[in-house]
Amino acid sequence: MAATEKKTVVWPQQDILQPVPSELWPSSDNPDLLEINLGPNHPSTHGVLRVVTTLDGEVVVGVKCEVGYVHTGIEKNIEQKTYWKAIPYVPRMDYLSFFSGETAFCMATEKALELEVPRRAEWIRVIFQELARIHSHLVFLGTGSVDLGGIALLFYCFRARDEVLDLFEMACGARMHPRYCQVGGVAEDLPKGFEQRCREVIAFMRDQIDQYYELIGANPIWLARTVGVGVMSPDFAIKMGMTGPNLRASGVPYDLRSANGGYGGYRELGYTPVTKETGDVDARFRVRIDEMSASLDLIEKALDGLPEGPVITDDRKVALPPRHELHTSMESLIHHFKLVTEGFEVPAGEVYAPIESARGEFGFHLISDGSAKPWRVRLHGPAFVLLQSFAKLCEGVYLADLIAILASIDPVLGDVDR
Amino acid sequence: MSDMLQINSPTWGAPDTDSADRIQAALGADAIERRVEFRGELTLDLPIDRYIEVCTFLRDEEQYDLLSDVTVVDYLGYTGEVAGYWGGDGRDINRDSHSGKRMVPDPAGPKRFGVSATFAKVMTVTDGNHRRLRVRVWVDEGESVPSLVPVYPSADFHEREGFDMMGIDFAGHPNLRRIIMPEDWGGHPQRKDYPVGGEPVQFSDEV
Repeated sequence: MAATEKKTVVWPQQDILQPVPSELWPSSDNPDLLEINLGPNHPSTHGVLRVVTTLDGEVVVGVKCEVGYVHTGIEKNIEQKTYWKAIPYVPRMDYLSFFSGETAFCMATEKALELEVPRRAEWIRVIFQELARIHSHLVFLGTGSVDLGGIALLFYCFRARDEVLDLFEMACGARMHPRYCQVGGVAEDLPKGFEQRCREVIAFMRDQIDQYYELIGANPIWLARTVGVGVMSPDFAIKMGMTGPNLRASGVPYDLRSANGGYGGYRELGYTPVTKETGDVDARFRVRIDEMSASLDLIEKALDGLPEGPVITDDRKVALPPRHELHTSMESLIHHFKLVTEGFEVPAGEVYAPIESARGEFGFHLISDGSAKPWRVRLHGPAFVLLQSFAKLCEGVYLADLIAILASIDPVLGDVDR
Repeated sequence: MSDMLQINSPTWGAPDTDSADRIQAALGADAIERRVEFRGELTLDLPIDRYIEVCTFLRDEEQYDLLSDVTVVDYLGYTGEVAGYWGGDGRDINRDSHSGKRMVPDPAGPKRFGVSATFAKVMTVTDGNHRRLRVRVWVDEGESVPSLVPVYPSADFHEREGFDMMGIDFAGHPNLRRIIMPEDWGGHPQRKDYPVGGEPVQFSDEV
């Protein structure tokens, strides 16, 4: 069910500095208040998030998010690794749109190196970024619908998710965390039969997306739970640093795939951001379903025009030489050895390369000191930022709506805690 | 551009020197200490007492409405003769590079910690040209940085993380607690003098 007429939205006044932006503190002298603890392993917290909730009856009056349960020190670990050995760490952060993490890290490194990437590699990256986005949105849709009491969608989504992961397995051998992106390109060319299989999955997914809309689009229970709940005005979203689908659900057409002409392969493929007007839970679900359709279009477009050529840069100081050359060429063997043991130096400086992951702006702030290991890597994870606005969105809603709002903003705790 | 695609500067736009000029015109030439440009990214080093003033100007007059990131970087040992901090196999920044040059970088700034904030224009942009700009202040151990939360509320978690991981005191932050590490954690793990693998094992049998 598509939105037919444009509604006028009355945005709520969201005064965000009272009392602190990311937490709600109820007055402590009310004896009727009940403090309950959701998580850290509550099934509807989407990971190891602890939400300390204060209730007045069934109404939420206080919210505190406690994060850090899956902190693994990835930023600190990357400082100890050479650049190309750091790549496998990255997709473990945002484990749902894993390929975006790899691409963001490689792009930041390429930017610091001023390295050119072959056109075919850029287009392959687009295909896999979009597949990872579809994967992330499918998990979001499935688990989000479970939070709202509808378990059927989970099985539909996880079946489709399996098809998407099969494509990753086909190209890179791993279903998640593929480490397929390399500095300078991608690790290998697409295998034979990938394009055909990919087109089959696209056709399958198109059919599935219609079914998702049939399942939730006109379902009165679903609409009662989602329409008008957790409304986020565009002004509020920007002030709280929100990016990605959550921002676009409030009607702001800001998408890094199209901003400033996009990046990488998106520059040539082009993209028009999907937006919704209402900014509620319903809009945040719908914007993601529509983004899946848009991603399928992008993948199809990329498959149609996939350029021929190399898939990784021929700069042997950065990219491994082809395997067969190692048996015949001394230089290749030396390059291989130097790369594996020492890595490559990156000029001293500071770059920040943001890309659009499934949750929003996902960027690596990379500070290099000119050696083969990064001096400091700071991950700007969208989930960490979007969790700040959660408390304010939950002010005065019912406890059941708190679960719906948490599901709709789609935090991934691996990305929050790093 | 034939079959190669230049990765110039993903989604940064052109360096926004106009904004920097307008800051200096409106707030005085001493509002910006230094401009650093690297790979098309413009960083403005600010005096610490003008930090909030310049950020407010950026928000109100220059339409930088999105605070993209707050990063704290510890530059301890960035230029020094430190061959492997923690024993033999740590970072060796004096190691010869492929081209045989010494790779000791220039000092990044006058003090130990650099606190930088990256801004982006989102809402007012109509031509698709979302520019970005970074501002940075320098502090030493024990000094405090004014908090950006009153200007950009989304600095909240970033600054709590900066406090947690680097021990920067953000003065005026409404809720400066540890966010990622446990509340009773000792030290600030992302400082360069905090060892890797040297932390005590928690919840072990030994009391």
